[in-house]
Amino acid sequence: MRKVYLDNAATTPLLPEVREAMLPYLGDVFGNPSSLHDWGDGAREAVASAREQVAALIGANADEMIFTGSGTESNNFAVKGLALAQQNKGKHVAVSAIEHFSVLHSARTLAKWGFEVSEIPVDKYGVVNPDDLRRSLRKDTVLVSVMHANGEVGTIEPIQELARITRERNIPFHTDAVATAGTTPVKVVELGIDALSLAGNQFYGPKGVGALWIRKGVRIMPLLDGGIQEEGRRAGTENVPAIVGLGKAAELAKIHMADRIKRLTPLRDRLLKELPGRIERVVVTGHPRNRLPGHASFCVEFIEGESMLMLLNSRGIAVSSGSACTSRALKASHVLIAMGLSHEIAQGSILFTLGIDNTNEDIDYVLETMPPIADRLRQMSPLYAKFSKTVKGGK
Amino acid sequence: MPVYSKKVMDHFMNPRNVGEIENPDGVGEVGNPVCGDMMTFYIKVKDNRLEDVKFKTFGCGAAIAVSSMVSEMAKGKTLEEAMKITPRSVADELEGLPKQKFHCSNLGAQALNKAIKDYLSKKKKGGNK
Repeated sequence: MRKVYLDNAATTPLLPEVREAMLPYLGDVFGNPSSLHDWGDGAREAVASAREQVAALIGANADEMIFTGSGTESNNFAVKGLALAQQNKGKHVAVSAIEHFSVLHSARTLAKWGFEVSEIPVDKYGVVNPDDLRRSLRKDTVLVSVMHANGEVGTIEPIQELARITRERNIPFHTDAVATAGTTPVKVVELGIDALSLAGNQFYGPKGVGALWIRKGVRIMPLLDGGIQEEGRRAGTENVPAIVGLGKAAELAKIHMADRIKRLTPLRDRLLKELPGRIERVVVTGHPRNRLPGHASFCVEFIEGESMLMLLNSRGIAVSSGSACTSRALKASHVLIAMGLSHEIAQGSILFTLGIDNTNEDIDYVLETMPPIADRLRQMSPLYAKFSKTVKGGK
Repeated sequence: MPVYSKKVMDHFMNPRNVGEIENPDGVGEVGNPVCGDMMTFYIKVKDNRLEDVKFKTFGCGAAIAVSSMVSEMAKGKTLEEAMKITPRSVADELEGLPKQKFHCSNLGAQALNKAIKDYLSKKKKGGNK
């Protein structure tokens, strides 16, 4: 059976070159970067060069990069650490309503610690309107966090425009760039932001490693206390092999980014255009054009995402869904609901996130496999039966 | 490690008794799309026995497997026997359901129950059975 992996938003595979680069640090070069002997030197040099590679990917200085254990940790660190460091100036933070839970729930934790949190609404494409950001700002706002792109609906946010608003008021701006860093061009200076999160397993690097960039001069309170690793901002012995892998993946992403985008975009556009042509009542979620290069997301009406996912899996295709049933919390996707979709439609969420290994033949296979699956589930669906009887005038 | 048991996967991949019954003796609908799952059961009763049971389900893999299992368990049973089918006995027959799915997706017994009650109330009102 053909195997087609279209869940790169969950994780990308590890590139062989990245694995090769990591191997020495799982073997002979095992030293602790904090040690002063030769063993420590080797590990320290590796971490330093990875720092240069990751910084180069986003146009930053190496000494502004902090390695973390994941995108989630970077987001927690940014939201809690930046807010706590400025709490003498005020106790209000604003985050978009469609942030990843690592940002949203960090903000909710801040609320338990006495902060006030505003959620900035989005339009039907999931875009934050600059006027809505302006409206959510207060005199005591000490942090704004809006993601660079949403991993569930693919929409890219107008960060440059949003950050201009906060810069005028001297409010630090953090962006969760986990979905974009390594995938689309990200330059921190152009974006005009103060902090940015990224993660290795989104661009063919290893899992369990991320980074937080913080502009020089912006204060942050460490969440992990201990040694003076990462200039004392993130204690704990470094995950050297993973950091080396992140560095290598960043280097390769920078070299091959334009080619990857050029390959992925037409494949994505085929899905966005052809799937709704083959199945009735399918809506594209997210922005039709300003979206991640490999990201095609939909809601298929009258059926539920998990059952689609499972039937696609039985045909060798890996996808994901934002339906309530697929979430461990059994709640409809906050992203789709914030965009104004009904719970009923949100249940039919399905997303195809492409990677560098995907081909036109993979898309052909999805386009031929998907309609019978939708049809089969619709034949079982009481909602579809009602639709057929009322809207279509009965069959 | 797969999330669902082999039995759940079997009933999900090959659901039994999918469909509607024309002129059913009872219909039971439970759930709504907001909570995720929705099931409609149709029954045909003869001599106090469930001669036919069919269902339509909107929902996850577990919801579909539960519906299929309930229909299979209920078919041929007397109404009294069928009323004794519980979410627990359905989950047991399916060799277990994931913990978080037990409540939301396990509505089949309830839907069947509702269909039987629908039949009984129609009968009381002087229906043709």
